[in-house]
Amino acid sequence: MTVAVQTPFQRIASDFATSKVALVGLAMLAVVMTIALFAPILSPQNPYDLAQIDLMDSKLAPGEKSMGGKSYWLGTDDQGRDMLSGIFYGLRISLGVGVLSTVLALSLGIAFGLAAAWFGGKVDTLIMRVCDIQLSFPAILIALILLAVLGQGVDKIIIALVTVQWAYYARTVRGAALVERSKEYIEAARGLGLSSARILFRHLLPNVLPPLIVVATVQVAHAIALEATLSFLGLGLPITEPSLGLLISNGFQYLMSGKYWISFYPGLALLLTIVAINLVADQLRDVLNPRLQK
Amino acid sequence: MNSRFIRQLAILLVALCATLAHAARDINIGLQSAITSMDPHYHNLSPNNSMMQHVFEGLIRRDDNQKLVPALAASWKSVDDLTWEFKLRKNVRFHDGSPFTAEDVVFTLKRVPNVPNSPSSFATFTKPIVDVKIVDSHTIIFKTATPHVLLPSDLASVMIVSKLHGEKAATEDYNSGKACIGTGPYKFAEFVPNQRVVLKANYGYWGGEEPWDKITFKILTNASARVAALLSGDVQLIETVPTSDITKMEKDKNLSVVSKVSNRVIYVHLNQSTEKSPPFIFDKAGKPLDKNPFRDVRVRKALSMAVNRDAIVDRVMEKKAVTAAQLLPDVFYGTSKKLKPTKYDPEGAKKLLAEAGYPNGFAMTLHGPAGRYINDDKVIQALAQFYSRIGIDTKVETFPASVYFNRATNLEFGYMVLGWGTESGEQASAMRSLLATRDPAKGMGVNNRGRYTNPAFDKMLEQALVTMDDKKREALIQQAAETVMGDVGLIPLHYEVSTWAAAKGFKYTPRTDQYTLAVGLKPSK
Amino acid sequence: MTEYIIRRLMQSGLVLVAMSVLVFAGVYAIGNPIELLVNPMADDAERARVIASLGLDKPLWEQYFVFFKGALTGDLGKSFVFNVPAVGLILQKLPATIELAFCAMAIAILFGIPLGLWAGLRPDSIAGKSIMAGSILGFSLPTFWVGLLLIMFFSVQLGWLPSNGRGDTVDVLGLDVSFLTLDGLTHLFMPALNLALFKLSLIIRLTRAGTREALLQDYVKFARAKGLKASRVVGVHVLKNILIPIITVIGLEFGSVIAFAIVTESIFAWPGTGKLLIDSITNLDRPVIVAYLMIIVTLFIFINLVVDILYSVLDPRVRLGQTQGAH
Repeated sequence: MTVAVQTPFQRIASDFATSKVALVGLAMLAVVMTIALFAPILSPQNPYDLAQIDLMDSKLAPGEKSMGGKSYWLGTDDQGRDMLSGIFYGLRISLGVGVLSTVLALSLGIAFGLAAAWFGGKVDTLIMRVCDIQLSFPAILIALILLAVLGQGVDKIIIALVTVQWAYYARTVRGAALVERSKEYIEAARGLGLSSARILFRHLLPNVLPPLIVVATVQVAHAIALEATLSFLGLGLPITEPSLGLLISNGFQYLMSGKYWISFYPGLALLLTIVAINLVADQLRDVLNPRLQK
Repeated sequence: MNSRFIRQLAILLVALCATLAHAARDINIGLQSAITSMDPHYHNLSPNNSMMQHVFEGLIRRDDNQKLVPALAASWKSVDDLTWEFKLRKNVRFHDGSPFTAEDVVFTLKRVPNVPNSPSSFATFTKPIVDVKIVDSHTIIFKTATPHVLLPSDLASVMIVSKLHGEKAATEDYNSGKACIGTGPYKFAEFVPNQRVVLKANYGYWGGEEPWDKITFKILTNASARVAALLSGDVQLIETVPTSDITKMEKDKNLSVVSKVSNRVIYVHLNQSTEKSPPFIFDKAGKPLDKNPFRDVRVRKALSMAVNRDAIVDRVMEKKAVTAAQLLPDVFYGTSKKLKPTKYDPEGAKKLLAEAGYPNGFAMTLHGPAGRYINDDKVIQALAQFYSRIGIDTKVETFPASVYFNRATNLEFGYMVLGWGTESGEQASAMRSLLATRDPAKGMGVNNRGRYTNPAFDKMLEQALVTMDDKKREALIQQAAETVMGDVGLIPLHYEVSTWAAAKGFKYTPRTDQYTLAVGLKPSK
Repeated sequence: MTEYIIRRLMQSGLVLVAMSVLVFAGVYAIGNPIELLVNPMADDAERARVIASLGLDKPLWEQYFVFFKGALTGDLGKSFVFNVPAVGLILQKLPATIELAFCAMAIAILFGIPLGLWAGLRPDSIAGKSIMAGSILGFSLPTFWVGLLLIMFFSVQLGWLPSNGRGDTVDVLGLDVSFLTLDGLTHLFMPALNLALFKLSLIIRLTRAGTREALLQDYVKFARAKGLKASRVVGVHVLKNILIPIITVIGLEFGSVIAFAIVTESIFAWPGTGKLLIDSITNLDRPVIVAYLMIIVTLFIFINLVVDILYSVLDPRVRLGQTQGAH
């Protein structure tokens, strides 16, 4: 064993680089993030500005010339919106909604799940029963209630997704933490007289994280898909500012009519994004897992 | 042994052919909306009313163009302003074989307002009748308190049930089929809420036998699922073909797509209820306006001129809509041929806005339902495009019907996209509900969500409603329509076109009332 | 154990009450069903009559009280739309949904665990990598999209499978099931697959992650070093280690499959409760929504109880019903 002095970051980076697939994923993710961040600069058109889109240019196939002589690389949707710009902007919203809602839900879930497992007793009972209620409340009903009370908007969708998902994490965390809690190392940490907070966050949390990361990366995708489903049911984002999901569900009805591009390209963009996130996350999970470290 | 085998085989083959031939007379139809009950007086709702036409009949029926034609009544006439005489059809029998008489009509009129828990009753149609007299078993006289010209039209919406079976029956007994016994061309076989309705032919139907033995109506809410069911041969007829698929389906040789302009107009109500800025209407800095712009006819006109109706019909509706100038297409009674759809003129609209004191426009949120009318959310987006071109800052907010209509009724919006289907098929009733000055006690302006008010128009309409002479009345209605449309009481956008698609070998006769009736489906040869 | 179960059941009563209050308030917040029920042509008198007949003219707390009194005697109210008892309506549709959920979960578990094990045991093989890549597909595409593609392919293009409905059913112990008839199976296949895809991916990934970790645990290393057969190591030591998170997720997912197969049921016109729920929500048919969610929450409580008991069976270190706080 050679004693090379490595910072933790260097170690993670070099471990990460052992997988070529993960590197490809990282590159894809970088592209996706760049597009999402710089959508307003990269897009040929602002697809959310109603004055810039023209109904007379609607449903043009990729490359087809419009009335004004312009041509659109990926065609236009049923409002005459440039698909490419729509996808860039949509990516921004979808990623934002997916990541933000998952992070928020995850944090809430971890806090409540750990609390339930650690304190046990009444706290556990209360949190778990609230979870029972939460999990039985359909996302659609929550979204509809929020829509009726608060109106339409990205923030409302995020609230709805967080409300739907946090209980899910809480239960998963609690399950894993209950097992960890009774293992020797925790007993030992307690024996050493470490504070609850220290044990929770330095010892318990890192060890319950791996199954959680699996669920979370899947859930980012799921959150994006759920947002698409809500849009499909008419409960999603404002229709003039479509996310990827909304683009897909708008184009959905054109699938059988041969105008594939309205739904296919946003679908492809969504797929690539999610594949990239998961390739990176898979490798990160292995690298970060305290027990998988060589 | 051999010959016996062959004989058996032959018998088997014949039997098989018989079943095949038989099977060909069984058809499946894909419907868009659920049927909530098989009680014809429980829920006044289009899908229910359409279904009831198979099992039951009214005294009068509406044909494909919503013209009134005799059904259980062979003829009718108004004796004087307050009296109507109906001659009933003879030798008509209910599905159980019992004869149809005037007693059944009287029983029906008594039952209609008294169906427990009815979420929307048919009493509106029977209320004008204050007295009923049976002259003989097949002649009946109705008395009204005030002249009521729409009586025949109202009665066309009331299905006649059997007194024998209906007397002790509750809604559940109709749902189970026990009391669901009418005179119509089909008999009840099965009703599974939210799933299917199965009917069997009534071979003794007075109007002649229908070509089908058994019809299964399947509830296929999702439009793409409905199309897929037709393409895969699971159903032979579907209603409300999604516009996105129509072009391709019309080219498909294995399908026959038919369409017809409907009695439903899509329109915009502009909230004129407030002195100052109505909800969601602001100046460009986001501050409320000090007067309600929609009370100015120039603004209303500008908002109508800014709309490119042809583009909506062509691009959003895939040509399955007709640009609108009034509340019903001009083939219907009481419509004016003089009214033409407002021309698209963004420059003129800008000029009018400037004249009205809004040279830089204002800010406005358009509200509408998502999924209630054909392509409603797309129409609203297109409207937003048009308004942003004349300098109005436009936003769009759509809601599911469950949220939208409540808030629209509570006048929580400024610019509301709505739809109205005129079941009676004549324009006076639509104007009465949508444009007359609101006066709930008199049943005027019940759905006037714009709170538009115009005394001159109100007077014309009221006069028309009590004129018994058909010709004179029509002229009055037309005059009222021209007045109110000239004043832009609301902004008509387009009339929906209803579409049906049938599999090869079948032909459907389209209707204006958007009903899907098995009697309209025939083998194409 | 018994005491623990009794205590959980008592808590459940409170959960049910809390749930019904929430749903009542929530549906009230969405809006008044009257707009959707009454024909737009009706005058104000007719509207007033309907409002009164449905009891909507009373203040919300009074409406809730009426419901609560009924609920205590087992009557959860009548559907506004269909005028039939809400519970009856739901029970009529429940078998179809449970059958669909069971089949979907069966597909997910039967394929998910072996595939996940494979990918976990041989993470660097081509098969292992393909399984992982394939599993990403399962959850990245919206269910409604995949559902329609399935229909377009199997029903429209190939004409092999029916596009909608449930097919023939046979009566088994009072339950209608369709998986015992060929016609039923052909109807069942696509919706079950559509519903299973997401769960399948999730289980594959969880199993793989768990397996990889278990392989590095001392006792598995020890078992391997001892020369135990690979199949035994995997079957006993690895599987046992990964089951807890998997059971948690299966429990959660099973519940959610039963409760909210809404999209799949709409696309395939599967006559189950998901379809009923979405229709009731769009019509604001409050009695049905409330009754349905009461049934679902009961189901979730039951599933969670089973999951918690399974924890203690699978891993003796997890003790049930610890009442004291941190030691």
